[in-house]
Amino acid sequence: MDYKDYYKIVGVKRDASQQEIKRAYKKLARKFHPDVSKEADAEARFKTLGEAYAVLKDPEKRAAYDELGANWKAGQEFRPPPDWGSGFEFSGSGMHPGDAGAYSDFFESLFGQGMGPQTNTGTQHGFHAHGEDHHAKVLIDLEDAYNGASRAVGLRTPELDKSGHVITKERTLNVKIPKGVRRGQKIRLAGQGSAGHGNGKAGDLYLEIDFRPHRFYRPDGKDVYIDLPLTPWEAALGATVKVPTPDGPVDMKIPAGTSSDQKLRLKGRGIPGSPPGDIYVVAKLTLPPANSDAEKEFYEKMQQELPYNPRGHLED
Amino acid sequence: MAKKILSGTLLDEQVHFSLTEFCQVCSSKTEWVVELVDEGILEPSGGKSSRWSFPGNSVSKAQRARRLQHDLEINLAGVALVLDLLDEIEMLRSRISQEV
Repeated sequence: MDYKDYYKIVGVKRDASQQEIKRAYKKLARKFHPDVSKEADAEARFKTLGEAYAVLKDPEKRAAYDELGANWKAGQEFRPPPDWGSGFEFSGSGMHPGDAGAYSDFFESLFGQGMGPQTNTGTQHGFHAHGEDHHAKVLIDLEDAYNGASRAVGLRTPELDKSGHVITKERTLNVKIPKGVRRGQKIRLAGQGSAGHGNGKAGDLYLEIDFRPHRFYRPDGKDVYIDLPLTPWEAALGATVKVPTPDGPVDMKIPAGTSSDQKLRLKGRGIPGSPPGDIYVVAKLTLPPANSDAEKEFYEKMQQELPYNPRGHLED
Repeated sequence: MAKKILSGTLLDEQVHFSLTEFCQVCSSKTEWVVELVDEGILEPSGGKSSRWSFPGNSVSKAQRARRLQHDLEINLAGVALVLDLLDEIEMLRSRISQEV
């Protein structure tokens, strides 16, 4: 088990006052709250931070933690000294079974499992409490939103075994992904969360939909964006161009005089629904290279024969 | 081994919950949900609270509100502001990503 430097995690010196610890914690808690932060590891950091603060905010736990000495380094292999903790009395409240695994092994080796957090559940009171809800992300392809699919979702759930130890249980669920889902939407699987306590009902499982990044499709809500490179003559004269869509390629008419970044809509070809989304094809004008003499000559001919000043509006 | 395929409920705007159902789904007290509505965090249709109808996406909004309220000790007016600002950031982020 690794030693955890709670002072470093909260970002304060070992002799910081309770006030300083509180301020530092609050600042980081706002920064790494999983509902606020976009950082991939926000949830893990917020949890570690909560653990560190649970120790440092409590003068008894902090004193016991300090007793370990200042010579430990974060990540160092740690075993609590045999006589450690004698003479300290912890007054933390009991842990709810649903909170199993909320804190690290390091924390539990020091303070036991009965000292865990009263975290954000808020619904665990009474003996017949609801099991905890679980949240997970499921990554799907954009095509799955068009056609519907079933996906295997791997879940790792901390649970208490018969002797009260925390074990991580792995399970795989096959979940139906309904047609028409969009990024950020949630699928609720009733009763697939933690088991309830007493006669309480089991919690629910919430799966948040996210799309795997695609080479050229960019979903936005119900709509899908795609960049379409065009030659100058296709844009100037108009053309019919093959455009890929998740439903298969379509022939798209490019009107004469299309300019770069102009959005062309393929109505109703976005993510299905009532009404369905649209596909926005974004015209991207590209220039043929002028490497060979013949190519250069052609550009020179255009220069002479096409009087064109794109910077007219910048002149006085 | 062929495993059963589970079908959940997609919490989109096609799904609607009454106040009682909504409290059950969120495992929260009625008074708290009423507070969320008073604060404008949730906007059920239907006028009177006995006829309220919450669209499916309200569930994750209520869950976010609860986490923010408990974890950061923000009052509900603050939670409402945070959620509005987060929505705005999300909207601006997606606009940026459409322009790359």
